[in-house]
Amino acid sequence: MHPFSLSRATLPASAITAHALDPQIAFIAGGTDLIGLMKDRATLPERLLDINGLPNMGAIDALPDGGLRVGALARMSDVAADMEMRRRFPVIAEALLFAASGQLRNMASIGGNIMQRTRCAYFRDETDGRCNKRSPGSGCAAFRGLNRNHAIFGWSESCVATNPSDLAVALAAMDAIVIVGGQGGERRIPFTDFHRLPGSAPERDNVLDRGDLIVAIEVPANPEARASHYLKVRDRASYEFALVSTAAAVATDGERIRSARLALGGVAHKPWRLTAAESSLRGISLDDNDGLKSAIAASFADARPLAHNAFKVELAQRVALRALQTAGARL
Amino acid sequence: MSKTPKPGFGAASDNSSHRAEGKLRTDVLAVNLIVNDQPRTMTVEPRMTLLDALREKLALTGTKKACDRGECGACTVHVEGRRVLSCMTLAAMQEGKRVTTIEGLERDGKLHPLQSAFIEHDGFQCGFCTSGQIMSGVAMVEEAKAGWPSAATADVRNAITLADLSDTEIRERMSGNLCRCACYPNIVKAAAELVGN
Repeated sequence: MHPFSLSRATLPASAITAHALDPQIAFIAGGTDLIGLMKDRATLPERLLDINGLPNMGAIDALPDGGLRVGALARMSDVAADMEMRRRFPVIAEALLFAASGQLRNMASIGGNIMQRTRCAYFRDETDGRCNKRSPGSGCAAFRGLNRNHAIFGWSESCVATNPSDLAVALAAMDAIVIVGGQGGERRIPFTDFHRLPGSAPERDNVLDRGDLIVAIEVPANPEARASHYLKVRDRASYEFALVSTAAAVATDGERIRSARLALGGVAHKPWRLTAAESSLRGISLDDNDGLKSAIAASFADARPLAHNAFKVELAQRVALRALQTAGARL
Repeated sequence: MSKTPKPGFGAASDNSSHRAEGKLRTDVLAVNLIVNDQPRTMTVEPRMTLLDALREKLALTGTKKACDRGECGACTVHVEGRRVLSCMTLAAMQEGKRVTTIEGLERDGKLHPLQSAFIEHDGFQCGFCTSGQIMSGVAMVEEAKAGWPSAATADVRNAITLADLSDTEIRERMSGNLCRCACYPNIVKAAAELVGN
């Protein structure tokens, strides 16, 4: 790795100030994404600020409404093993368990997980040189290159990469809130507004600015969470990014769907919420396969597959259907 | 190889913020660790990984360096009793922590039961992944004892015990450790013996 300095943050306020004033500082928590990016020379911060010692940022606490608040420094493995998380939001525990490996889950923080770079193989490949994320204006090698693993929604010609976080898909489905400390105090960012679409500035994955520090993630209670499920389809049986994944949750009036939540991973620069499908699913019975299929299809009218990933359009609908029915079986 | 700073951390590579701090940049740090129950102090550059520090500073070469990207698991050690990838963390971030490597598993000259099980079940050929496999397997059992579920768990809402560690569960829980010799069936057998299933 390139040379850099390392210091330890002891208070959030001073960490925020240091990060705001110095464009060469990067926060480091678990480090599992940042160190990989530094080894690939995809990012070269001159100074790292170790935030692992910040107080009171690793707990999982119950919220008065029945939701949970997860400190940004909680580790993926602790959150996945937490019995309250498993009972109240099984979709979140499952999304965490389907990500990375046992070793990485012990290291990676929750805040760092949602800060993972949206990326593709061309982003990590220093030898190609064309990547608007690595070097804005250099072009996108994937747009006319090998794009089997890339986006089918929301892409621009400047970037067709997908966000790798499984957790983010579940949090988008649950309408979680990212609590961010900044120079102006704390603010609350709805999860579906946290990540960006690439547009003409794909080097920005999310809406955070210099001096912003993720403090916690709140998951408010919702009627569907109890019957929820995360389904991930990938080229290997384990330890692999998603081709397509779905976070699904459902509440019913007897047989028929009263409300449903669906979000996809592996299809866009950010977790992709299927709002049209959620509306169309209301009133349909969970064992009416054709009805569910056509309701889910409502969200795929605007799918725009690339040269090598048209299969994702069909695959994503099947994965959404199975995830929804598996979630429904938990009622 | 270009040394041009990459976007996201400011295109200008000036040192003004160093001067603004009014002190010289610190290039090396002293780190205190407890490695295999022994207090150890070493001087490292901040960029030195825990893996390189164990191998190069402490001559504990049982921990192997293979992919160096967090993909293969050969560098697995325990920090505070948890399995982690020593290639993906900085030595200087482990100040005061207890680290266990493969050299620290035996007790009073006796191998750890999982080490014996690897010999018994022929769980390796070339041996390069073996120390990582064993460190990972030992921690996997502790995780199951603590009730941790996995992606192979049918319903995460239910409690988990060691008795739930089927071969399918072991394969999933060990998926962060690759074996180029493909000794997986025998690695699973060795781990299953430790589990007692």
